[in-house]
Amino acid sequence: MLNIINFTLNGENVEVAIDEKETLLDVLRNKCNMTSVKKGCEVGECGACTVLINGRAVDTCLYLAMWAKDKSILTVEGLMNKKTGELSKIQQAFITETAVQCGFCIPGIIMTAVEVLEYGRPFTRDELRKLISGHLCRCTGYENILNAIEKVMIEKYGLKK
Amino acid sequence: MIKKKSPKTAKKATFKPVKKKVSDLFIPIKDRTTVGKPEIRVDARAKVTGDAKYTNDLCPRDAYCAKVLFSTIANGEVIKMDIEEALKVEDVVAIYTCFDVPDHEWPSAGHPFSLDPSHKDPSDRKILNKRVRIYGDDIAVVVAKNEVACDRALRLIKVEYNEFTALTNPHQAMEKDATVLHPNIAKTNAFAHTTFKKKPDFDYEKEKQIAIKKYSEENLVEVVKQYKTPHISHCHIELANSYAYIAADGKITVVSSTQIPHICRRIVADALQIGVGKVRIIKPYLGGGFGNKQDVLYEPLVAWLTTKLNGHCVYLELPRENNISGTRTRHAMEGNFKSLATKDGTLLARDVQIFSDNGGYAGHGHSIAAKCSGIVNNLYRDRQGSQVDTYSVYTNTATAAAMRAYGIPQACWFAESNVDDICHKANLDPLKFRYDNCADDTLLSGGVGFYTYGLKECMKTGAKAIGWGKKRKEYANQSGNIRHGIGMGIFIYQTAVWPISMEQDGAMLILNQDGSANLLLGATEIGQGGDTVFTQMAADACGFTFDQIHIVSTQDTDYSPFGTGAYGSRQTYVAGRAAKRAGIEFKRVILEYACKLLKRKSISGLDIVKNKIIDKKTKKKLMSVADVAIQSYYNKGDAGALAVRVQEETESNSYASGAVFVDVTVDMAFGKIKVDKLVACHDSGILINPALAKAQVQGGISMSLGFGLSEEILYDEKTAKPLNNNLLDYKIPTAMDSIDSEIHFIQLEDPSAPYGNKALGEPPAILPSVAIRNAILNATGVAFDQAPMTPQRLVEGFKASGLI
Repeated sequence: MLNIINFTLNGENVEVAIDEKETLLDVLRNKCNMTSVKKGCEVGECGACTVLINGRAVDTCLYLAMWAKDKSILTVEGLMNKKTGELSKIQQAFITETAVQCGFCIPGIIMTAVEVLEYGRPFTRDELRKLISGHLCRCTGYENILNAIEKVMIEKYGLKK
Repeated sequence: MIKKKSPKTAKKATFKPVKKKVSDLFIPIKDRTTVGKPEIRVDARAKVTGDAKYTNDLCPRDAYCAKVLFSTIANGEVIKMDIEEALKVEDVVAIYTCFDVPDHEWPSAGHPFSLDPSHKDPSDRKILNKRVRIYGDDIAVVVAKNEVACDRALRLIKVEYNEFTALTNPHQAMEKDATVLHPNIAKTNAFAHTTFKKKPDFDYEKEKQIAIKKYSEENLVEVVKQYKTPHISHCHIELANSYAYIAADGKITVVSSTQIPHICRRIVADALQIGVGKVRIIKPYLGGGFGNKQDVLYEPLVAWLTTKLNGHCVYLELPRENNISGTRTRHAMEGNFKSLATKDGTLLARDVQIFSDNGGYAGHGHSIAAKCSGIVNNLYRDRQGSQVDTYSVYTNTATAAAMRAYGIPQACWFAESNVDDICHKANLDPLKFRYDNCADDTLLSGGVGFYTYGLKECMKTGAKAIGWGKKRKEYANQSGNIRHGIGMGIFIYQTAVWPISMEQDGAMLILNQDGSANLLLGATEIGQGGDTVFTQMAADACGFTFDQIHIVSTQDTDYSPFGTGAYGSRQTYVAGRAAKRAGIEFKRVILEYACKLLKRKSISGLDIVKNKIIDKKTKKKLMSVADVAIQSYYNKGDAGALAVRVQEETESNSYASGAVFVDVTVDMAFGKIKVDKLVACHDSGILINPALAKAQVQGGISMSLGFGLSEEILYDEKTAKPLNNNLLDYKIPTAMDSIDSEIHFIQLEDPSAPYGNKALGEPPAILPSVAIRNAILNATGVAFDQAPMTPQRLVEGFKASGLI
């Protein structure tokens, strides 16, 4: 028996038929075409499937799709200005700071970065390290990823570098 | 910070000229408009928006799901399998067991095919294996309409085994009564052995006696020691995956996350015993490989399954647990050293035995262990000679094959630990010892040498940046629980694989109607930035701007030129040459057409600069490439869309080198290491893209921190069952474990390379681990000879030394 649920996905209302045992990861990938939400371990170890649910970063592989009912979900597909094609500041910073290599972990890390940047206060580099430590990246060594997040944070809060 | 170093003090080319001269490819640095610039990655935007599609993202919705039944023993054979109950599970389409697959063995190594039978990779695995050789061997496969059905069916398959004693390490596997795992390949589990000698009659004990006579015993220092490295998992975040279907044209089409599409095509054809022309491999964006995807993994299985299922699409993605323990690993190795030096710092002789744990299958065979021993041998100039004996041994641990830097992290863990142990024992300065004894620009091994030599300049630069002399003094005679130390290491690394293996790559440039061009290559983007640097290299060669070259990222063996793929830090050197040659030819073809339009007699007075045809003398713009393009497409009577395709063989190879320095804080009671500063210096020739080069080094450093401090696949000693094959218990560095680093490049123009470039992809992953090891020795006087230096091992070591 499938259940019909509604949630907001990148600003638009969606209605999907789901099995109550399905993870949000599988539903977003297979039923909503959100292929930026990556599968890397399925047990909450790697962070590649992170999206924002009501503004909080969540591993969707550990989150039942049923729980997403009536909630608001944001993925990197929803960060771009759809009218102008302009990227969000954090996406742009990941590009200019060479924070992207194979790119597989990147959508998840960007979503956590969005959460971190919306937290209402700036963080130190060490605090940022802890805040993104739920994400595994094997290519970059995290240095340029931290640079990218810091860059946007510095601009946002008018900090001195 | 990237700091360009003046090449004045570093050595220039002393090595013999290359077989195929590159002078006809030469483009002076001053004429390069995009090579050497930190261009933004061509795929960056797609990768931050989710537009970049990886294998799993492209799989058709109606694909069947395939899941493998993994053996629950490490050594033995499957006697019987009962699939009756499993077949009854709803939505199960088919189940195939090791009794159903073709009785044909094939090699999985992503090497170019060798025409020399003695260099062929061992054919030692079937699509599914009845003879079980690792815990988690592939013994059956369930195909179903969904994953849940697969999982349910897998649980209902009953297997009967005939079990043998599990062999968990090379020594156990080399015992007389050990079961021989591959009797068809070799009579014993030690399936290959090589000896490198600096001189043919070298004998360590004889040389020792000669040295005693010459220098007297009290002036000599000898170190006899064993060093060990762990089984390491690549841990690319994208799982190993592929899907296959028979397309409308009848071809078996496999879409795969592979580093080596063209080689994969040949191996799939071999495994299925069909013609290569009947197989098509498509490689989309790839979420990390690091050498694991330089082996053919499950492509033959999905290809075979689709032939059994009327061409229906079948998808297989390996769970993370089996990615760690069931695909490929970095070889665990043991290095036994006897080294002799004078107490005033001259290295005289080394005798080394290396045992390489190859796991259940050969993968790349002996080539990685051989590479490792070659570097151990060549990194230093032993004045009286050296000998390195290396054994590759089948065991029942996970199959070991290529992983970033191909045996050299192990080589440097051994050789660089050993040098510091000699220096520690004789109270010598490890920097000076290395400077006086390291490989110099005269090194020539197997036809490979240094065209440009920057190793000593790397040492000088790094030593200055870390404050070597000052810090050594400051850190002498410490006491207490918290101590500081500095350490270092050096490496040399061959850029390509020639002359061991054929080296060639293809490139194609097609002029579009708007005057831009499409670039197609056999070389693959695997995250390292290949697409971007090839774009830069081709653009400079044909006089186009960076934005006017559109690279086709996907390799499709139906239309992509032949290339062997991403491995060995070779692509910028080998495929870069193809991209450059294609660019030069492309320019000629465009100018020839322009010549007719301009009614000129010859192209000699014409050139292309920034997408414009110019008069070489007056520098005046005559017409745009776009004008030429549209004419070439639609000019009645002289239409002929312009394109070139080249295959370039590279018959040269060149040593890259480098040095890493670290400054660490050791908390002995907690077994905790903090890297306060890390300086990496690379002699990688001219950088094609400094921003990507720096990023590459940062990633390598992080990987080496894992090797040195936290990563190790653990096995149950009795059953060879992997104990920590998940990302929680197998510890790759997180952002909290990684560090910010200082990176320097010594840029010397290598004459054998397309743009003066040498290896950079893998080398950054070699040294940080052993530099940290040597810094701990400097801080505490305790030598840790086994990687990784986990808190457990550190505390035990400090306890045993009476420091805590």
